[in-house]
Amino acid sequence: MSETAPRVGLFVTCLVDLFRPSVGFAAVKLLEAAGCRVAAPRAQTCCGQPAYNAGDRHDTRTLAAQVIAAFEDFDYLVVPSGSCAAMIREHYPALLADNPELAARAGTLAAKTFELVSFLTDVRGVTGVEAAFEGSAAYHDACSGLRELGIHDQPRALLATVRGLRLEELPDADVCCGFGGTFCVKYPEISDTMVTDKVERVEQTGAGTLLAGDLGCLLNMAGKLQRRGSKVQVRHVAEVLAGMTDEPAIGAGVEDRKG
Amino acid sequence: MDSSPRAFKANARAAVKDPQLKRALAHVKVGFIGKRAKAVARLPEFDALRDAARDIKVHTLDHLDLYLERYEERMTAQGGQVHWCPSAADARAAVLDICRRVGAKTVTKGKSMISEEIDLNQHLEANGITPVETDLGEYIVQLRGERPSHIIAPAVHLTKDLIEADFRAHHRHLPPERSLEEPRELVEEARGILRERFLAADVGITGANFLVAETGSSIIVTNEGNGDLTLALPRVHIVIASLEKVVPTLEDATTILRVLARSATGQEFSTYTTVSTGPRRAGDVDGPEEYHVILLDNGRSEMLAGPFRDALRCIRCGACMNHCPVYHAIGGHAYGWVYPGPIGAVLTPGLIGIEEAGDLPNASTFCGRCEAVCPVRIPLPKMMRHWREREFERHLTPRAVRAGLGLWTFLASRPELYHRVTGLAARLLATLAGRKGRLRSLPLAGGWTGVRDLPAPQGRTFHALWAERNRSTGP
Repeated sequence: MSETAPRVGLFVTCLVDLFRPSVGFAAVKLLEAAGCRVAAPRAQTCCGQPAYNAGDRHDTRTLAAQVIAAFEDFDYLVVPSGSCAAMIREHYPALLADNPELAARAGTLAAKTFELVSFLTDVRGVTGVEAAFEGSAAYHDACSGLRELGIHDQPRALLATVRGLRLEELPDADVCCGFGGTFCVKYPEISDTMVTDKVERVEQTGAGTLLAGDLGCLLNMAGKLQRRGSKVQVRHVAEVLAGMTDEPAIGAGVEDRKG
Repeated sequence: MDSSPRAFKANARAAVKDPQLKRALAHVKVGFIGKRAKAVARLPEFDALRDAARDIKVHTLDHLDLYLERYEERMTAQGGQVHWCPSAADARAAVLDICRRVGAKTVTKGKSMISEEIDLNQHLEANGITPVETDLGEYIVQLRGERPSHIIAPAVHLTKDLIEADFRAHHRHLPPERSLEEPRELVEEARGILRERFLAADVGITGANFLVAETGSSIIVTNEGNGDLTLALPRVHIVIASLEKVVPTLEDATTILRVLARSATGQEFSTYTTVSTGPRRAGDVDGPEEYHVILLDNGRSEMLAGPFRDALRCIRCGACMNHCPVYHAIGGHAYGWVYPGPIGAVLTPGLIGIEEAGDLPNASTFCGRCEAVCPVRIPLPKMMRHWREREFERHLTPRAVRAGLGLWTFLASRPELYHRVTGLAARLLATLAGRKGRLRSLPLAGGWTGVRDLPAPQGRTFHALWAERNRSTGP
């Protein structure tokens, strides 16, 4: 890799770190293929969304300062999640506004922070991927990526270049799946109604696989599909784009594995 | 369903299990959203109009005192009278005083959410005056002894068969063979009843979509024409409106009207847009002898001074609730107060206190659809988060949540400890799940596993694997 290649700090997110490291490795592969040098600083943990959305600004600032320190020396911060990317891009600068020094650093970091797929297409000019996937898939637009970052066409454009993949348009793809961070455990009945609506739509498409760009939403939808006994496989979009679908799908056991 | 926001969780639990409500709410999801989208697609400058509407509201709120005083001055010059009412009780008393002075026995009413906010009907009834709702949806919920469940479609929580049953129960003159199958037949039946009430009413009460400072006029929009009969036939017309309804000019009102109906019902314009400016003048063919305006504050001045000011831009179109997946799941009554949906989650704590309405701003995934469609671009998720911050500051957040967050931050701000703990957790959960790859239940995680499986971790954390890879290949 050339010395002039951009240095990308990969923020894997707490959920990918804990639940599905293969998404992180898929992101590394995609970024390297797009000509980036990738590092994943060990000083990263959580972007602070749980505290932020619970109204705890003090703790959020603590975690935001940690993220800024860990990533500000990179050319880019890239994250395989629309909601964590939006947190850093859209919310850090305002959150830290009363500390001018930190706010300035937050502004600088925000400007070079991107969600993975839109980074590949919009910053690196990637127009296609070298990957194959046999079957049909539906893509769900996770809310933060869609409405805070305008991510809609980018994943569809790259998925269209995956050999063998047939993309089924998901009705109401822009409607929330009912995850919402701690919302889904604070208001389980409402969340259940929302995720039931969502997976019914997914099942109606007849697609064999459901894709999205945010692991929280994916865990929610996968968990509901499995509770219903559905055979739909659920994966992060990066896994398919990187051609790394050997691991069992989210929440799928070894015995559910497709040949 | 308990009509208090304190009962939100119990209300929501009951609502999601109500099959009749689910059928009724299915119409909201499809009807309102599709119609708005079509109307917006037909008007290329719609987004520019939203900016213009927002700017008018922002400017007016910045100079609210000026425009309210000008409105009062122009209104008074037309022969009307303004009653400034700091609280709901003041507004109720002002309306009752007028009704008593003119010896009113029945009062017809156009649709007014402010009337709901001040519990006007109950107050009039308790004082021997009969209020008659004349908007069809309001009429239906009044028959049922309910509140509206939506700010522009009061009976949207009901299906046609339920309404038919209500009509048969209350309209005793109806022969059983009379068909009420079609919505049109229900409308005709209600119109027949209401026609007599319009003629008998002593006082007519309407809300206001706008108060126009330039002319002293008030403007209402309706689709049934009931507002016109309410304000023109009785001897006395009372307008009840909250402070933020004022706009500087008629031109401003028409700019906002261009986004109002499109956002609400997908119409280009409501069927009736009615301007009323004071009592009947010499030579007028109709109109009331007296014209009163109840100007309600009820907590709005306080909101104006703080971080919730932008919520006062609201023009009550209902687009936020029409697009809200939480509203779609539970309907309007579960919110427990007058204003449901995202705007209710912001306004209700402002008007009755966050202690009373703590769940409302929390019951949102911050999906952002409300803000995306709001015609005056109110940053609704941001305001809900502000309420959560107020709750956190005042220690109203549940203790278990605070403790959990504290523990999370303690760990997350110590990366090495964090990596050890997450490494153990990943392994433990993966082991518990075994070959199935998911968990059907997990202690302390009932909120998750009560309704869905928990996909298990793959077994090692990313950071553990990444460190291993870098040791073997060099960084």
